[in-house]
Amino acid sequence: MPSVRASEVADKVRELCIAAAYELPEDARSAFRRALEMEESPQGKAIFEELLRNADVAAIERIPYCQDTGIAVVFVRKGPGVTIEGGTLTRAITEGVSRGYTDGYLRASLVAEPLFERKNTGDNTPPIIHFEESEVDELVITVVPKGAGSENMSKVVMLTPSAGWEGVKKEVVDAVTRAGANPCPPIVVGVGIGGNLEKCALLSKKALLRDLGDSNPDPRVAALEAELLEAVNKTGIGPQGLGGIITALAVHIETFPTHIAQLPVGINIGCHAYRHKTAVLLRGESNV
Amino acid sequence: MSEAMRVNMPLDRAEAKRFRAGDRVLLNGKMLTGRDAAHKRLWELAADGKDLPISIQDQTIYYTGPTPAPPGRPIGAAGPTTSSRMDKYAPLLMDRGLLGMVGKGLRSREVKEAIVRNGAVYFGATGGSGALLSKCIKSAQVVAYPDLGTEAIRLVEVEDFPAIVIIDSEGEDLYETGPKKYARS
Repeated sequence: MPSVRASEVADKVRELCIAAAYELPEDARSAFRRALEMEESPQGKAIFEELLRNADVAAIERIPYCQDTGIAVVFVRKGPGVTIEGGTLTRAITEGVSRGYTDGYLRASLVAEPLFERKNTGDNTPPIIHFEESEVDELVITVVPKGAGSENMSKVVMLTPSAGWEGVKKEVVDAVTRAGANPCPPIVVGVGIGGNLEKCALLSKKALLRDLGDSNPDPRVAALEAELLEAVNKTGIGPQGLGGIITALAVHIETFPTHIAQLPVGINIGCHAYRHKTAVLLRGESNV
Repeated sequence: MSEAMRVNMPLDRAEAKRFRAGDRVLLNGKMLTGRDAAHKRLWELAADGKDLPISIQDQTIYYTGPTPAPPGRPIGAAGPTTSSRMDKYAPLLMDRGLLGMVGKGLRSREVKEAIVRNGAVYFGATGGSGALLSKCIKSAQVVAYPDLGTEAIRLVEVEDFPAIVIIDSEGEDLYETGPKKYARS
């Protein structure tokens, strides 16, 4: 039976937290370079140049790309036959986050409870972990540090079927317009459509894991992504909200079956620090 | 795009009044840092008419919560945080002498009114540019509320720290005028 040691999981999560904070992925850098060519505002162009320099300085001089190193959101895909030796996944991941944020000089941004003392937990734990069962015996972990500036501009809207695509589009454009400069544009917009309240929110977050600019495999949905990106960029908000034609680098839509009476929409706004790192701890070979 | 002007910190009141939305500046000298938790404490003291632990007269507060300083550096990544969370507190602090704010994102009507009333200024720095901005900070020293960790108030010395005037003393707001030029129907 395939197994992974809990200590190995902790070590890997530690590594992922640090790498995510310091190394902006190539898909984001290429999106900045494309946007730099397209942007019409001189100030906007200057911001793309600045963001590319920021990514270089972060990676070379080992300074986090952004001081908001986020809540650590962790996605786990595990096959039914994979066992964890010497501990639970939740405890191992939490330990990895604690060590990663401490050893990597990342910011501890979590408070122990939301309403009373709001005392910092000191090591950025607990992470928010989403488990998913895999069809094959693999163990894949993705760490997504999600900052508050963009998360605070995100929302769920419980539309009903008669609102249709036009209703969805209006909600997304309104959310981006109201957010303005706050979520650090250029943004990436994750949209989850369908499911129910929590499912559409989770879909919208998972949409932010996709490689920047990759389209939804369903060509009908891909066309809507392009339509929505154009609509969002017509707002003129631009890089950092100072005006320009690139407000969003991409819109990613994920869908799921839903109730006959529902059209729920999750809108998760991501900032230009499009950070996420994945590790395959066990590669699935045999079908279960 | 205009050439960036070098500006000495702390700001001069007469100079602060002359800034116009859209002006690009390079800040040089000393400013304070502070964010949510420190603002809440300062505001509560000010609202009770009590003394503040540090003087904010003619000072500028940079809204940032840096990452821990690694060995050999004065500070970690230190980009601006979303200013609107300080909107509740900023007007009273300006009425008590605060002259400048550096952050990112939209401000409330009450903040704009206080900026006009006091001849103050709101600068924007590039949100998410934490590594680059960190390199403009030459020294950092906690001067109040050490228990707040990243949210403690620090006195930082900056060199050629790039910012843009977002809201000027006449109440003009670059976040309103800038996007209008590029909006399409």
